[in-house]
Amino acid sequence: MKSAVITFPGSNCDRDLAVGIERVTGHAPIRLWHGDQTLPEGLDLIAVPGGFSYGDYLRSGAMAARSPVVGAVVEAAERGVAVLGICNGFQILTEAGLLPGALMRNAGIRFVCRTVGLTVENASSRFTALYQPGETIHIPVAHHDGNYFADDATLDRIEGEGQVAFRYAEPVNGSARDIAGVLNAKGNVLGMMPHPERMVEPQHGGTDGARLFEALAQSVLERA
Amino acid sequence: MKARIHVTLKDGVLDPQGRAIHHALEGLGFGGVEDVRAGRLIELTLADGTSDEDIDAMCRKLLANMVIENYRVELA
Repeated sequence: MKSAVITFPGSNCDRDLAVGIERVTGHAPIRLWHGDQTLPEGLDLIAVPGGFSYGDYLRSGAMAARSPVVGAVVEAAERGVAVLGICNGFQILTEAGLLPGALMRNAGIRFVCRTVGLTVENASSRFTALYQPGETIHIPVAHHDGNYFADDATLDRIEGEGQVAFRYAEPVNGSARDIAGVLNAKGNVLGMMPHPERMVEPQHGGTDGARLFEALAQSVLERA
Repeated sequence: MKARIHVTLKDGVLDPQGRAIHHALEGLGFGGVEDVRAGRLIELTLADGTSDEDIDAMCRKLLANMVIENYRVELA
C-alpha cells in the first residue's frame, strides 16, 4: 500500500500515524508538507493527522483546509483515492468540504482525553471491512472540538446512506446522534475523532485500531 | 475602506462558550441574563472599491463556516 501522511505546522500525531501505518501494513508512508502543491503518483491512501494545525486559528482545521496540499488532496479524493482524517484531520476534511457537517467545541467545554467505546455502524467500507457490524471497539479520543454538528436533514441523509461509520457507545462530547466518524457519499473518505493509530500494538492496551489500517491494505490488494 | 465581519452561530446551534459565559455572569451575581451567544469580529482593511461580491466570497470561503455560522458585513 502506497500511502502518505501530511504534516501541517502544529500537527502532532503525524509521526504516530506514520509509525502505526508502517507497523500494521509493513510499508512506511511518504511524508508530505503542507506547502506541497502536488502529491506523489499512485497513492492508495492519504492520511491527515491530528494536532492543532495553524494553532487552530479562526476555526479548528480552517486554515489547513485552504493550504496548497489540501487542494491536491481534494482532487485526489474526487479521483477515488482513500483519504483518512483523524481528529484535527477530520476537522480539516469537513472544512475542506470533503465531508458533511462541522466539528464544534465539546458540549461540556472541557478537553476530553480517554479511551472510549465505539459502535461500528458501517462495516462494509474499505476502512471498516474488518470490523463486525454493531461491534464495540475501544479507541482513545483526545480533543476539544469534537462535537459533530449537521442539520437534521443532513443527519437523516448520512444515516440513511450508511455514511455514519462509528458512533460513540456513550455520550462523549455532545455530538449529534453520538456520531464519531463519517464517510463521504462514495465511501473513499473517512473522518473520525478517535485515534486508531493509538491502538495498534498490545502495549497500547489494545489493537482495535490496527484493523482499520489492515482493512485499507486489504482493499488495495483487492483493487489491484 | 474597512469592513467589519460579524460571525455568529446559527440559531439552533448549541454554543457551549456562550453557555459558559452565561454561567459566569450568573456567578458574578448578574440577574436577568436570559441567553448568551458568543461570536467573532473580523476587521478587514480593504483597497477602496473592493466589491461587495468579493467581501461576500471572502466570508463564504473562509471567514465563516456556512454549516454552523452566519455572517453580517458592516462597511465603515
